[in-house]
Amino acid sequence: METWRPCGMHLRVLSSSVQNNSSDLKHKKDENHCVTKYDSSDLHQESSQVSLSNTHNIGLDAVVRPSPFQEICEEEALRIQVPSALPPVSFTLRPYVDQSETLSKLVQLGVDLWKLEQRPNVGSMLVKLDFHADVAPRLLFLKDLGVEESKLGSLLTKNPFILTESLENLEARVAYLRSKKFSAQSVAAMVSKAPYLLNFSVKRLDNRLGFFQQLLGLSSEKTQNLVIRLPKLLCGSLEPVKENLKVCELEFGFRENEIRQIVTTVPKVLLADKRKLTQIFDFVHNTMGISHSLIAKFPQVLNAKFLRIRERHLFLEYLSRAQYQPSQPSYISLDRLVILPDEIFCSDVALATLEDFEQFQKTL
Amino acid sequence: MSTQAVRLFRKLDGLFAVYKPQGVHWKLVRDNIEAHLLKELNSCPPPPPRLTVQFQLLTSGENRSSRDLILSPSMVPSLADHPHVTGPQFHKVHVGIGHRLDAFSSGVLVLGLGKANGLLEHLCKSHVTRDYTLEGQFGKATDDFCHTGRVIEKTTYDHVTEDKLERVIAMMQGANQKALIMYSQVDLQTQEAYELALKGLLYPHGKSPPILTGLRCIHFNPPHFTLEVQCVNETQKYLRKLIHEVGLELRTSAVCSGVRRTRDGPFKVENALTRQQWTTDNIIKAIAHFRSTKRKIRKSGIYRQTAAQSNTSIQEQKSKGLDDGQNFSCDTMVG
Repeated sequence: METWRPCGMHLRVLSSSVQNNSSDLKHKKDENHCVTKYDSSDLHQESSQVSLSNTHNIGLDAVVRPSPFQEICEEEALRIQVPSALPPVSFTLRPYVDQSETLSKLVQLGVDLWKLEQRPNVGSMLVKLDFHADVAPRLLFLKDLGVEESKLGSLLTKNPFILTESLENLEARVAYLRSKKFSAQSVAAMVSKAPYLLNFSVKRLDNRLGFFQQLLGLSSEKTQNLVIRLPKLLCGSLEPVKENLKVCELEFGFRENEIRQIVTTVPKVLLADKRKLTQIFDFVHNTMGISHSLIAKFPQVLNAKFLRIRERHLFLEYLSRAQYQPSQPSYISLDRLVILPDEIFCSDVALATLEDFEQFQKTL
Repeated sequence: MSTQAVRLFRKLDGLFAVYKPQGVHWKLVRDNIEAHLLKELNSCPPPPPRLTVQFQLLTSGENRSSRDLILSPSMVPSLADHPHVTGPQFHKVHVGIGHRLDAFSSGVLVLGLGKANGLLEHLCKSHVTRDYTLEGQFGKATDDFCHTGRVIEKTTYDHVTEDKLERVIAMMQGANQKALIMYSQVDLQTQEAYELALKGLLYPHGKSPPILTGLRCIHFNPPHFTLEVQCVNETQKYLRKLIHEVGLELRTSAVCSGVRRTRDGPFKVENALTRQQWTTDNIIKAIAHFRSTKRKIRKSGIYRQTAAQSNTSIQEQKSKGLDDGQNFSCDTMVG
C-alpha cells in the first residue's frame, strides 16, 4: 500500500487493518504478530505508540512528494492515494465506523458499539478484526447453531470475545453439549441467553453440570431442564450458588426435597441476592405466617419484589382479606398475590379500586 | 431546531414530591426516578444522521471497459451517527433532593429537576414546618430507638393513661415554645413580637436545634400510641428519640415503630407520587401542579437574600460609625 505519510511499521498495522486491506494474508499475520507485542492493546495507548514511532521515523525515510505546482493529467490524479483522515488516537470508535468494514457490518447487525468501547481493550480488538477472515465464519457458525438473527446483535454486545475464539473450540463445546443430550434448539436458546457459554472450556462445562446434578441430587433430565432455563448457572461462579443453598437449608429450614422443588420451579433463586431472599422469607414466613410447605408450593414468591409483597399483604390485611390457608374459604394463593399486575390485583383479589390502593400506600 | 428529546428535557424543570416507601434509602429513590426519566428521554427518536459525501466508482454507461470508470459524488447517511455507535442521547438527569428522609422513615420527599434545584436550598432555609406522624410503642427500649433495634430494657406500662401522656406532651410543647422564642431573636416585650406571634410567624433565625412547633396525641391504645408533630430543623433520628423521651417522662420506655412525613412545607401527601406513578408523564403533571408553589419559593428566596444583604449593609454602616467614633476618641486622647 502506497502512502504519502512517512510511517513506520506500526502505523501501517493500524490503518491497513482498519481498511481491511486483506490482500496478502501472510503480510497481515506479520502485522498481527507485531501488534501482539504491545500487551497494552488498549485503543489510545496503542495508538499513542503508533504516533510515537511516527515522529521517530519522520526524518529518515520521507517520501519525496511531488511539487504542488507540477501539472499532472487526470489519470495520474486518480492514481494518487490520499491518506485517510483517520485519527491515530481516539476515545471512541466513531471515527473508524465509516471506514472499517467490520465495524459497519457490526452496526448493521445491531451491536451497541458505544457499550463495547467502554470496556477495556475491546475497542482496539474490534478495530483489528478482519471481517471476512475473523467475523464472518463465527457469525455463520452461530447462525448454523440456530441463534436467531435478531439476537446476534445483543449477543455480540454482551460477549464480543466470541469473535476471537477459535472455531474448533466453539465446535468442540457445542459437540460436548449435544453429547449430553441437549437438543439443537435448546443449545441455541442457551447460547443466546448466556452469551459467554461458548467461551468456557469443555472441562469447565462438564464440571458445572456434574456439580448441579450432584449437589441438588437431581436426575440428569431435570438438571438439563434447570440449565436450559437458566444457562447463566454454567457461566458464573459457584460460590454464591452454594451460599444460597446453605441459606435455604440452614437459615430458612427447608427440607431437601422442598429445596429441590423450589430450585426446579424457580432456578433464579440460586442466583438471587442472599439478603433480599432473607428479607422476603422473613416477611412471608414470620409476618404473613405462611408455612414452609406452602412456600415450596409457590416458590414464585421468593422471586418477587419485597416492597410489592409487603404493600399487597398490608392492604389485604387492612381489608381483612389476608387469608392464605388453602383449606379455608376466600383463599388467596401466593402466586396470585405476587404475579398479578396492580389493576387486576385490585379488582380480582382485593376487590377494591386502584385509587384505594394508592391511597393506602400513602399511609404506610 | 430542537429534537423531541430536547423538548421533553426542557419540560423537566421544577419541583415535585414523591412518597418514599419505608425501608428504602433516599438515594435509591432518586436513582430510580433518574433511570425512569433517562429511559423515557432516550426512547425519543434520535436526530437524523449527518450526510457524508462519498465518491463512488461507476461505469459511464456506453463502454464497459474499466478505463471508463468515473467518480460520482453521492450523499449517504454517516454510520458514525447511528444510535448504536453514538449511544443514548442523555446520560444524566440531575435530580436534586430536598429535606432528607432516612431509610427507616417513609413519606413525602421533595425532588427538584433542572433549574429548580437551586430552589431546594431556598426551601430548606425558609424554615417551613414539616408534619410528621410518629407511631410509638410502650414497653421496651432499643439502642437505635426503632422497634427493630437491639432491645436494651423492658418495662411495664400499665400505669400510663391518656391523661398523663397529654400532660407530658403539653410540658414538652411548652419547652419547645420557649426555645422557639429564644431562637427567633425578637424581644418578647415589643409590639413586633406580639404581632409575629399573633400571626404565628415566629421562626428561628439562623442555625437552631430541632424545634417542635406543634405536638399532639391523635391515637392512644396502649401499648400503641400515635403522635402528630410539626417541627423545623429536625432529623428523623431526633423524632425517634422524642418518642423515647416521652416514654422516659412517663416512667416507662417506648420505641418508635414508624416515622411518616405527611407534609414538607407546601408539599402535601395528597399530591405525592407513589412508587407506581414514577413515570415521566406523571412527573410532568406534578411539576405543572406545583408551578405556582415554585414561584412563591423563588420570590421568598430572593426576598430573603435582599433582606440579608440590606442587613449586612446596615451592620457595615454601624461598624463604620463605630470606627469613626474610635478614631475620634483616639484623636481626642492624643489631643
